[in-house]
Amino acid sequence: MERVSFDLASTPLREVNQFLYQKLQAEDERHVEVHNPDGAHNIAVGLDQPVTVEIHGHAGYYAAGMNKKAHVIVHGSAGTGVAENMMSGVVHVKGFASNGAGATAHGGLLVIDGDAGLRCGISLKGADIVVGGSVGSFSGFMAQAGRMVICGNAGDALGDSLYEAVIYIRGEVKSLGADAQFEPMTDEDRATVADLLRQAGLQHDPASFKRIASARSLYHWNADANQEY
Amino acid sequence: MDMKPVQFKRRSTEESAGFDRSVIDYIQNAAAHGLYEIRGLGAKRRVPHFDDLLFLAGSLSRYPLEGYREKCSTKTLLGTRFAKKPVELEIPITIAGMSFGALSANVKEALGRAATEMGTSTTTGDGGMTQEERGSSKTLVYQCLPSRYGFNPDDLRKADAIEVVIGQGAKPGGGGMLLGQKVNPRVAKMRTLPQGVDQRSACRHPDWTGPDDLAIKILELREMTDWEKPVYVKVGATRTFHDVKLAVHSGADVVVVDGMQGGTAATQTCFIEHVGIPTLAAVRQAVEALEDLNMKGTVQLIVSGGIRTGADVAKALAMGADAVAIGQGVLFALGCNSETYVRNGQHHSALDAYDAIGTAPGYCHHCHTGKCPVGVTTQDAELEQRLEPAVGAKRVRNYLKTLNMELTTIARACGKQNVHHLEREDLVALTLEAAAMAGVPLAGTNWVPGR
Repeated sequence: MERVSFDLASTPLREVNQFLYQKLQAEDERHVEVHNPDGAHNIAVGLDQPVTVEIHGHAGYYAAGMNKKAHVIVHGSAGTGVAENMMSGVVHVKGFASNGAGATAHGGLLVIDGDAGLRCGISLKGADIVVGGSVGSFSGFMAQAGRMVICGNAGDALGDSLYEAVIYIRGEVKSLGADAQFEPMTDEDRATVADLLRQAGLQHDPASFKRIASARSLYHWNADANQEY
Repeated sequence: MDMKPVQFKRRSTEESAGFDRSVIDYIQNAAAHGLYEIRGLGAKRRVPHFDDLLFLAGSLSRYPLEGYREKCSTKTLLGTRFAKKPVELEIPITIAGMSFGALSANVKEALGRAATEMGTSTTTGDGGMTQEERGSSKTLVYQCLPSRYGFNPDDLRKADAIEVVIGQGAKPGGGGMLLGQKVNPRVAKMRTLPQGVDQRSACRHPDWTGPDDLAIKILELREMTDWEKPVYVKVGATRTFHDVKLAVHSGADVVVVDGMQGGTAATQTCFIEHVGIPTLAAVRQAVEALEDLNMKGTVQLIVSGGIRTGADVAKALAMGADAVAIGQGVLFALGCNSETYVRNGQHHSALDAYDAIGTAPGYCHHCHTGKCPVGVTTQDAELEQRLEPAVGAKRVRNYLKTLNMELTTIARACGKQNVHHLEREDLVALTLEAAAMAGVPLAGTNWVPGR
């Protein structure tokens, strides 16, 4: 089966995105290769069909932004806001991801094999994020729902002002953010981590992860909370 | 000799200017609670405003147009820079972004109906798009806010324009706020929040920082919507000259500038009263920025923050705005601060409900409590029945109609066949402050302070 292939060195991004967004009917249109991305921004944004897109190289900002149903693989690193506001589907970054990876994502799975920058999973709204490496400071900031599995370490203020999202981390946490707390791992937590690691294709012992969730002390205005807000 | 005690006695009963009763109350309230006051609506302090400007109408040196008989167009086109489908409005008066959450679903429906009848637009808010609003509003602007509550690509594509909100006049630099009383099951679900939390929104966008990033973000929104929809960028008025330039640099089709008199559903009082600049000063800076970039007419300017009357609209347009947006004005039109609400065609007293939250008609700013006595800013199943969509729609339509008639009355008097032909030269200022801020001469002089 021949795959549809685009070369961003010679094809405008507009054309590629328009192709991806049209109603793809033929089976061979459902697997698209993008070559020479050269850090272009907004590759494969707004997809809403079960298509597989493989980006061979580094992607710029917002790769696979607002994805629905599609499976996007970046064979390289991704810039700021990869899979931001994703609704469903899978986005897999084989390299590293910059700031705001998976920001505000509502659903689907984001896998980053390498490290992620600052604010990974910020304002997360229900998606799952698995990071093979470490995450930068302020990751999980104000995360509302969904799960983050971090196999490496985290920078400062992990899970600051968390709502109902849950963070699992294997390595060291430089510091927790306001209202975030370590909690005991239950069997259910270990099963969740095992399942997400399996989906991400990563081999770690789920028992080696720690759970971080909201202490919920900032859910209501409280004079004694001082400047913790 | 005997004057001193008498004078002392009299003066001792006087209120301090620095520590008047309201300041003493503020201090004692702070001492009792250890928390700042949060309230709704906009700045209450007196600031230089459109009231301080006057029109020089036609006479011998300029000819006026015949009122009602001679044509005066109010058509308004927004988003002509990049969008394939600019927004076409019948009037230059739009309805500002107010969230479902802050307002009830009934109110959103009423606003949509009124706007559609008048040929203008409504704007979503920090809570996503409701079916009530999309269904009733022909032209709907979809906001992309720092919180991204309820933000999704399907609604984005259903929108007629997109507004990236950087800030709001009532609280430039601050995020949204919705207290727990208003986070009912539907609001909580739309925003992916636990029911009843005191919701605080982020003040910065999660996936971009600064104008160069914003330019890429705007390209993403355009790619996703096939370059069809105009992209507005809304800023709270502070360093407006620079902010407008950066919004244009970022690729905005339309810049929305919201002055400090702009309203909010809930914000710290210190923020509402002490942060940002008056709308009057902001419009001039915004227009100068567009002129400086040679973008006047290419990038449209919408002005909001304390626009109340047709005269305010006319003055904003004369200063160089392409349209205005109104929030609080339409809330008052709906019945905010009215003594009564209408149900099944009958007026009913709302006084008990005002009393219950310790206020009275004319003074109420308790939007943040969700206990709106007239059913406008509430999520309470009982209270929201106090605003019937049909009643609200008619009132808002009448209000917009009145403003538009006032606008064309002034425009005709100034000899304009099109309200967009109103110009700065048609204006003078009543006060030195207004002359300096608006950059128009003090009435009867050629003097523009600072020039």
